[in-house]
Amino acid sequence: MAAIEIIGLSKTYNVGFWRKRLKCALRSLDLTIAQGEIFGFLGPNGAGKTTTLKLLMGLVFPSSGMARILGMEINDPRMKARIGFLPEQPYFYDYLTATELLEYYAQLSGVAAGDRRRRVSKVLEQVGLPDAAKVQLRKFSKGMLQRVGIAQAILHDPEVLFFDEPMSGLDPIGRRQVRDLMEELKRQGKTIFFSTHILSDAESLCDRVAIIHLGELRGVGAVEDLTSSVEGRVEIVWLGNSVPASVRTIVTECHASGDTMRAVLPETQQDAMIDALRREHLRIVSITPVRTSLEEYFVRKLKPSEAAAGVRS
Amino acid sequence: MKPSRTVTVTAGAVLVLCMMASALVLRHLDRMRTRTRLQEVLYISSPKVLRRLSLGYDGLLADIYWTRAVQYFGGKHFIGARNYDLLAPLLEITTGLDPHLTVAYEFGANFLAPQPPEGAGMPQRAIQLAEYGIRNNPDDWRLYYSLGFICYMELHDYPRAASAFARGAEVPGAHPFLRIMAAQMAEHGGDLRMAQMLWVTTYQSAQDQNVRANAVAHLRALQVDADVTNLEHLVAVYHQNTGHLPSSFADLQAAGLLNAIPIDPLGQAYKLMPDGRIEVPAPDDLPFIQKGLPSGYKPPPPKFLPSD
Amino acid sequence: MSGARVAHIASNTFREAVRDRVLYNLIAFAVLMSGAAILVGQISIGIERLVVINLGLTAVSLFGLVIAIFIGIGLVSKEIDKRTLYTVLSRPVRRWEFIVGKFFGLVGTLAVNTFFMALGVFGALLWVSHGFQLADGWVLVALYFIILQFLIITALALLFSSFSSPLLSAVFAFALFVIGSFAEDLRGFAAMAQGAVHWLAAGVAYLVPNFSSLNVVSSVAHGQPISAQLVFSNTLYALLYTAMAVSGAVLIFERRNLK
Repeated sequence: MAAIEIIGLSKTYNVGFWRKRLKCALRSLDLTIAQGEIFGFLGPNGAGKTTTLKLLMGLVFPSSGMARILGMEINDPRMKARIGFLPEQPYFYDYLTATELLEYYAQLSGVAAGDRRRRVSKVLEQVGLPDAAKVQLRKFSKGMLQRVGIAQAILHDPEVLFFDEPMSGLDPIGRRQVRDLMEELKRQGKTIFFSTHILSDAESLCDRVAIIHLGELRGVGAVEDLTSSVEGRVEIVWLGNSVPASVRTIVTECHASGDTMRAVLPETQQDAMIDALRREHLRIVSITPVRTSLEEYFVRKLKPSEAAAGVRS
Repeated sequence: MKPSRTVTVTAGAVLVLCMMASALVLRHLDRMRTRTRLQEVLYISSPKVLRRLSLGYDGLLADIYWTRAVQYFGGKHFIGARNYDLLAPLLEITTGLDPHLTVAYEFGANFLAPQPPEGAGMPQRAIQLAEYGIRNNPDDWRLYYSLGFICYMELHDYPRAASAFARGAEVPGAHPFLRIMAAQMAEHGGDLRMAQMLWVTTYQSAQDQNVRANAVAHLRALQVDADVTNLEHLVAVYHQNTGHLPSSFADLQAAGLLNAIPIDPLGQAYKLMPDGRIEVPAPDDLPFIQKGLPSGYKPPPPKFLPSD
Repeated sequence: MSGARVAHIASNTFREAVRDRVLYNLIAFAVLMSGAAILVGQISIGIERLVVINLGLTAVSLFGLVIAIFIGIGLVSKEIDKRTLYTVLSRPVRRWEFIVGKFFGLVGTLAVNTFFMALGVFGALLWVSHGFQLADGWVLVALYFIILQFLIITALALLFSSFSSPLLSAVFAFALFVIGSFAEDLRGFAAMAQGAVHWLAAGVAYLVPNFSSLNVVSSVAHGQPISAQLVFSNTLYALLYTAMAVSGAVLIFERRNLK
């Protein structure tokens, strides 16, 4: 059973009070996410990522199409007990303390009364907020709120997690912690569906990504497949400061740095290059496959002007 | 992914059922509360206090009390009550809040002054009300008319009525009858013609439909009384001439005393009884008549007549 | 299960009101009642009891009305605007449970508030009358009717909050309170009209909340008893009307797209 199934999901808004104009936020989305996957949902701002998440959470009703999570309907409470949601820039009841908020959420999620306190303190530790337990949320910084958001999403040990921009508002240490947490969650076998416009995070974390722009899906696939699509190049570094004559034609770029030479060449020519270097008795330092970065793939999928607006590494 | 149908249907059903049920309970509450509701009027019966409480919206509050007065009287009138003790306070509060609500004075003259069951039987308070109205509206001839009306109808105080009509006649725009009535009151106070003039004036100047309907009823009654008197006089003449009573109107016509079959103001023919009396065919439809009633007739409780 | 969630939402709503310092209004009330009691006791004009009951119950009613409207109009709209609703509705909480929970939370707040105010009224009464009379028991019935009024107003404020902005909701709720206080007269007006206007006016007159029969302040101040039938009918009416308004809120909220 797929963790998430999205079939033909679309959403059009009626904008304007007197003359209704139609604004299409999401065009006929089809996606299937398997259990245990970390799935990245990428796109520039306004692409439809948050709309998709709101549709999946049942906060907004679709214009057409449908979706299922763990094989169950979107407004099925049994399903909701097994998912967790972190909205973008979350707001919480600022008159509550972190513990009070999480205990309230635990109550609503059906966590057994005896279990609540333990889970809440455990989760606060996991997100790195054990000292802020008794502080009122109105005093929290943006980063702290983000962590509380993650805490409330994982509180009831759900199987599928939905994060909207989980790294937003966090400093590099915080981002690292969240990344680690997400990897830990993946190790526990959870499915994570998260949206972001920070490509490097997606690159390192995700099994698969989808790219969405102006409400339309532009590409889906495993990160390696997308990045190592047509290119198939390798980078070879060796000690020395010249390129053997026999292979000069196949090297597409090379440059020297210090006492090493670095050259990039097609993967197919890799063996020829190695042989040539060995013939010359040059010491090979490293052979690394070169991937198109996800950024390049991303940029290629969008029109240049729009990509410039939304891309950030 | 749509709104839950169960919830929609259940909530919708609850909504509709509760709406209907609450309306039914309201009707029950209204019936239960008629007595209490009006007693509450007396808790704050001072117009001054009410004016302050109304926070400047005294005109609106006056309208509300006016509605209550009309409904109170109409409701009790309908069940044939003989006690309308709250009518006076209601009208006093109404006019206390809005002294220029002339329809209230008119109502007082027509329904506060007459004796029960037609009215509340409080002519003195009605007079006080009218005089209060005159003080506050010296340029409205209707108020002088109301005052004179009460003096004439209930107190039979013709000189006072005449002086009120005379004052009213001075006001520009007054009904032309006022001057006539003032002039003739001394000599012809008790005449049928005077009474008719009064009711016509009321009918033509009334702002309230109940007052107008009441005036019509009285005019009809006066007509019936006059007709019956006249017809019974003709019967007596016939009797004198022929030595026996006529058996039908045809006899009177044959004797040249009558031109056509006489009909009452509602268009129905009068009945000639064997004993020579004249009776109206449908006395229930003609309130206030004093002649032409069948013997042993008991009038039904008066009710507010619909406006014509 | 549902009940537990409704109860949790209700208690959280209560907690929010308390932390919003709503209950501080009790201080203002206490000052008002003490001042009035002392003043009236000094002047000794012979109607101390009347004044204390009239003033006290009117103040309870008005203070509660303001609280009901001010908090009620934001019950739903504030959560939508601030998006605190997202993390609640992504949990196994049904939308109708949310609405009902919010309702009970505010009603509970008002009940607690009224309870303390009742103590104040009886305290003032004790001060000016130097003892309780049997007729003072009717004051409890009057307070009960005031709570029934709160049920209706809260339900209406909640209804408006589910689809309208706070400002408009406040205007509508307040307008309905005023109209509802004269609902009996409105029904009278409707009865006197004719034709289509009659039906339209009657429809409106029966649809607006009826507060006239719930307002027994003057009667109680004069020591008049209140019939059991009236208590029963008023309770029934308030429950029906409240259910009507809350189910309206549920219907609207169930199909609302959250921003």
